[in-house]
Amino acid sequence: MTSSQNPLWRFPGLQAIIWFFFAFLYVPIFVLVALSFNKNDAATLWTGFTFDWYRVVLENDNIVRAAQNSLIVALSATAVSTVLATAAALGMAGRRFKGQNVFNALVGLPLLVPEIVTAVASLLFFLSLGIPLSLVTVIIAHIVFCTPFAYLPIRARLEGLDPRINEAAADLYSSPLRAFWRVTLPLLLPGILSGAMLAFIISLDDFVITFFVAGAGATTLPVYIFGMIRIGITPEVNAVSSLLLLLSIAVVTLSYFLGQRGAAHSS
Amino acid sequence: MTRAAPTVKQRLERIDLLGRWGLILPAALMIFSFMALPMLVMALISILEPGNFGGVKWGAYSGDAYQKFILERDLSDHLVVNTDYLSIFSRSFSLSAVTTVLTLLLGFPSALYIALQPPKRRQILMFLVSIPFWTNLLVRTYSWILLLRNGGLIQSGLEVIGFRGSLNLLYTDFAVQVGLVYSFLPFMVLPIYTSLEKLDWRLVEAAFDLGANRWSALRRVILPLAAPGIASGCILVFIPALGSYFIPELLGGSRALMIGNLIQNQFGASRNWPFGAALSFALLAFVLVLMLLYALRFQRNLEAQS
Repeated sequence: MTSSQNPLWRFPGLQAIIWFFFAFLYVPIFVLVALSFNKNDAATLWTGFTFDWYRVVLENDNIVRAAQNSLIVALSATAVSTVLATAAALGMAGRRFKGQNVFNALVGLPLLVPEIVTAVASLLFFLSLGIPLSLVTVIIAHIVFCTPFAYLPIRARLEGLDPRINEAAADLYSSPLRAFWRVTLPLLLPGILSGAMLAFIISLDDFVITFFVAGAGATTLPVYIFGMIRIGITPEVNAVSSLLLLLSIAVVTLSYFLGQRGAAHSS
Repeated sequence: MTRAAPTVKQRLERIDLLGRWGLILPAALMIFSFMALPMLVMALISILEPGNFGGVKWGAYSGDAYQKFILERDLSDHLVVNTDYLSIFSRSFSLSAVTTVLTLLLGFPSALYIALQPPKRRQILMFLVSIPFWTNLLVRTYSWILLLRNGGLIQSGLEVIGFRGSLNLLYTDFAVQVGLVYSFLPFMVLPIYTSLEKLDWRLVEAAFDLGANRWSALRRVILPLAAPGIASGCILVFIPALGSYFIPELLGGSRALMIGNLIQNQFGASRNWPFGAALSFALLAFVLVLMLLYALRFQRNLEAQS
């Protein structure tokens, strides 16, 4: 679009709004991270730079255990949901057939239903079946809501693939399985990776559903942080929260650049 | 009547279809058994009698949980109207509606600005919008405690310019409102941007050439074309806002309850599972109706586009 055609100049004031918009989104995050390095432990008054609170966090056994639980849950949920999502995306690709809409509706369910409803339903389901709440129930619940997040990028990537490449592989005497392994899968890999990363972040960040279905000893990091916040605001909370934030931002950024690379390769 | 034997092609297609269902089934079964089925269990529990110490009495059916929304038994066992729960519902609806309007007012111009940038810059800006979308909502909510509390950053900032005294911003409806807008703002921008990005700006230029001023160009050309994105943005903001739990829990005062807190309470202090299930079910039913309306109104547009 050349500047002479760009209607942006017709709408003055947008520039000011966008500045406010990004400040509103980012100032709280920056404040949180900045205060996690603050020497002063009582108030939000800046008195000097320190890494102490991070040391305190890493020395707190409860936090370390909660972080371990979070990683166990996120890694298991990511692995299972990515496999389920990849299989489903492959099954949904290609010629349309009857009954596909049933799966579309199912996969949309975790995205559309308010978290609190899912949390209550899962809790009641496990309790009425007599399944004790533990890390396992947390992992099951996470697999369910991670699957759509893993599914969408894989499906989108598959949609963008040229179906003729499989025909070409078949013409070159490749068996369907070999064609999948050598042709489809490598091309699909960026989609699978970005889906897996989204599933990982969604699992790592989840609070509400975990809060309901986690039994004693299955506390994840967000649930532990929630407990800490309710007791009081300490620099320790700032530090552990900043760590969680930075981890999510790192994974999103990685997923974004992988997606970019994938897009660049296919075009 | 004998049926013609299937041709080789039909047979292959059938095998292919079977294979494809085989691939879909594991994911479908997982979501069905641990999402759809639990909701049916929840619906069932909502019409049972509560147990004495939490739990439910299986087989003892009762509509009390739904009746409890508006009616309550007084000491002499008469049913009297109780508006406590209704007021929590109306508060949740109004907070979520205001959140939707505010995110739209801030999100639409922002999405418009981003959509009018050169492609490279557009990508970077949208990446910046999506980062908060993917970062921990609980932690982002917590950061507002640091800003809003007495002695927090906002008050300290005002003290610099000579303000004295306490603002008491935290633990109010205002704090909840700010937290909701902050949390769900990216949900509004992403779909609006998607619809604006596809917009043919020559149409807007044509409108200006035909003598439209910027308001009528906005109102008669841009807004109608962005309507599907605006509608999905509103739904993406309104639904999670309505079901939010920890934002009012952390930023609101003891009286700033929303539906989510009321639901959680039934599994904590109040120990009334059927009522908690009924509240969740009511919320779910409302969301499904909203989605149905959206689908009826905009599905046709989507099909026409593709």
